[in-house]
Amino acid sequence: MDTMAAIKQTFFQECEEQLTELEAGLLQLDDGNHDPEVVNAVFRAVHSVKGGAGAFNLTALVQFAHVFESAMDCLRTGKLTPTPEVLRIMLRAADVLGDFVRAARVDEDVPAERSAGIVMELKGLAEGPAAASSAAASAAAAEPVADLEFVPIMIDLASFDDLALDAPAASTGFRILFKPHPALYANGNEAVILIREVGRLGTMRVICDTDQAPTLDQMDPEGAYLSWIIELETDKDESDVRTIFDFAEWDCVLTIEPLTGAADVSDISASVEIQSTGDDIQPVEVAAIEVLPPALETPLPAAIEKGIAPGLDLHAESAGGAAGGKRDSAAAAPTIRVDLERVDRLINLVGELVINQAMLAVRVTEAGLARVSAVAVGLDELEQLTREIQDSVMAIRAQPVRSVFQRMPRLVRELAAQTGKSVRLVTEGEGTEVDKTVIERLSDPLTHMIRNAIDHGLEKPEVRRKNGKSEEGLVKLSALHRSGRIVIEVSDDGGGINRERVRQIAVDKGLIASDAKLGDDEIDNLIFLPGFSTAAVVSDISGRGVGMDVVKRSIQALGGRIAISSRPGLGSTFTMSLPLTLAVLDGMVVTVADQTLVIPLTAIVETLLPRSTTVHSYGEGTRLIGVRNGFIPLIDVGEMLQFRSGVDDPKTGIALLVETEGGARNALLVDAIQGQRQVVIKSLETNYGHVPGIAAATILGDGRVALILDVDAVVSASRADGTSQSSFALAG
Amino acid sequence: MSKTILTVDDSRTMRDMLRLALSAAGYSVIQAEDGMHGLEVLADSDPDVIITDINMPRMDGFGFISGVRQGGRHRAVPILVLSTESDVEKKARARSAGATGWIVKPFDPVKLVDAVRRVSA
Repeated sequence: MDTMAAIKQTFFQECEEQLTELEAGLLQLDDGNHDPEVVNAVFRAVHSVKGGAGAFNLTALVQFAHVFESAMDCLRTGKLTPTPEVLRIMLRAADVLGDFVRAARVDEDVPAERSAGIVMELKGLAEGPAAASSAAASAAAAEPVADLEFVPIMIDLASFDDLALDAPAASTGFRILFKPHPALYANGNEAVILIREVGRLGTMRVICDTDQAPTLDQMDPEGAYLSWIIELETDKDESDVRTIFDFAEWDCVLTIEPLTGAADVSDISASVEIQSTGDDIQPVEVAAIEVLPPALETPLPAAIEKGIAPGLDLHAESAGGAAGGKRDSAAAAPTIRVDLERVDRLINLVGELVINQAMLAVRVTEAGLARVSAVAVGLDELEQLTREIQDSVMAIRAQPVRSVFQRMPRLVRELAAQTGKSVRLVTEGEGTEVDKTVIERLSDPLTHMIRNAIDHGLEKPEVRRKNGKSEEGLVKLSALHRSGRIVIEVSDDGGGINRERVRQIAVDKGLIASDAKLGDDEIDNLIFLPGFSTAAVVSDISGRGVGMDVVKRSIQALGGRIAISSRPGLGSTFTMSLPLTLAVLDGMVVTVADQTLVIPLTAIVETLLPRSTTVHSYGEGTRLIGVRNGFIPLIDVGEMLQFRSGVDDPKTGIALLVETEGGARNALLVDAIQGQRQVVIKSLETNYGHVPGIAAATILGDGRVALILDVDAVVSASRADGTSQSSFALAG
Repeated sequence: MSKTILTVDDSRTMRDMLRLALSAAGYSVIQAEDGMHGLEVLADSDPDVIITDINMPRMDGFGFISGVRQGGRHRAVPILVLSTESDVEKKARARSAGATGWIVKPFDPVKLVDAVRRVSA
């Protein structure tokens, strides 16, 4: 079975981890660190290996692990003190355990002479023969959970009026008195389920005693007021019945006696008969469910009040008794599982619908119909509907980022152990929703960034202490929605980026000229360059040849951006901003040098008309535009994309004030605005290749392809000196 | 509508096995890696049954069970303890913490699903 093989694979991987942990823990003990948590961790390591091995029937491994565990347990309970001698045995045992694991992996046996000696020593530690004999027993032990035949239970509603019970056909069976204590319900057991299980053993009659039930105003909703007499006809023996009450036995009064004759139950005020038969469940149950009391959370039997008309009582009780499963179906949230492919197909179709609707709008305009004509009005409505459909479909794919965030605590723990740093992970905004594809592709970059934060960011505990920080480092992972995008931040309170070192490395690797003048930001961003790795010694944690450049590229492939801010001594923050969906975009359609471009609306703050009084030249080829009280760079999009060599008169165009992820403001100069439109994103990278300054492409209403501008890339390219080409090479 | 089971276990192998066995039986499975994580996961989910290991880092199974039983909307959810230990003393401690029942490792899928059914449906 493939899945089993895969799990077995995981098991062996995990064994290796446990063995490492075991060894590290034992060495720590050897160093005199007798922290109970270390002892526990060591114990747990052996324990987990044993548990997993048991699942795969690796008997030899289980047996050895068990002997080892027993000795460990003595250590844990304090029966054994971790003297150097004891620890030496333990360490050797750890090695042998490793041999057993590796032998099991290739289906081999460990030679007896390799393990016999150490087994004796371990048993000696665990004090003698008691440990030896229990080894085999516990390895093979498996608590019997009753294997029972499924017998559906039918409720005979006709018998409700007839409270007098038929005399039971005397045969072998038991008379069970079952009176739950409140603790039974508090521990999550349920009387009806237990009774139903009894019913599976044979034919039963259940009599419910409601005498103890107080009036409604005196009733404790969590109390236990009912008791039952169950008469069971069965060929099973008493132990089978007891097994059912295995979990509940201590929280109830339970007497089981052999069935002798007809029970005198006529004095019981309200009773119900549940008869288990081999028949299918009758539809009448469904009707019964509808009269269930709404408070399904409270233990059911307690919810039944004596004073209510018996008919209703019985409905409720019997429905609960026979159809415990149905209770949930009535209460559970209505969700369905849908094949992802179907959703994707729907999304593609909606994408086509959007394009089609846009085309239709173009044709209508071309036909010269008035904006108030019936066709135009209908088209407007169609557009509304299309948009709503689109939003709804996208919502289907949206998922909370929790699934990715959830994987991180373990990673952090493992890394903390590996690096000897103490780390606390704080996550925020796990409920933030984003498209499934984005989530799936977030895992690797996030893993890498957290690795970096712990390996490079956080300092060793002693360094932290010296710097007046708490020994425990903090790594924070947060997600939030901001202006139509999801922003994910990974921050640490470590030492921040060592700019001198980063710069030196970049010079050494020939990534920058040795006399290059770089600002702090620019130095920070050097770590995103391909082939950059700051670790002086390539550690096996983050220096695996995958650098931040890969992280950056994978984020960019998702239409996202990554930014870094770092403060020496206080830590670094990586901010990723990603689109909520990879399928559609609200954009402003503009003309630049006779080309049609789409600029994401989320980036645009406002539009401005450049005037001779507001546009100023600053240095060579740089223009600024005055916006209210300040000046911001005016970037000619046509020049940046090399459509033309620059415009002489910016006043002929229109400036779009855009805000980049870092919050910087710039103005993009375009020739004209065509309008605002929702466009379907078609990846350029999948079909063509990455184009600097261009995020993706789309198909417009008239069927032509338009490029979608990557505003941040254009802005950052313009900020760098030199020609646009080389600056794009640096950014991309 | 399938029932949701929350499994709390620090061993990846065990989590995978539980997921496999329970999904095969038609349950939807959510998972946590230790008691503390389990309580975090519970804050945003509504499992029908919880299966927890005892021996875990950060917060063990006893602590987790007490945490669930202490209050909140999940205090009546059945909790099955999953443990290699089969001795009475461990069971008693799990019970007094509020466990509903137990499953002894190594489990076979049939028994596991049977135990889940016994406390839930």
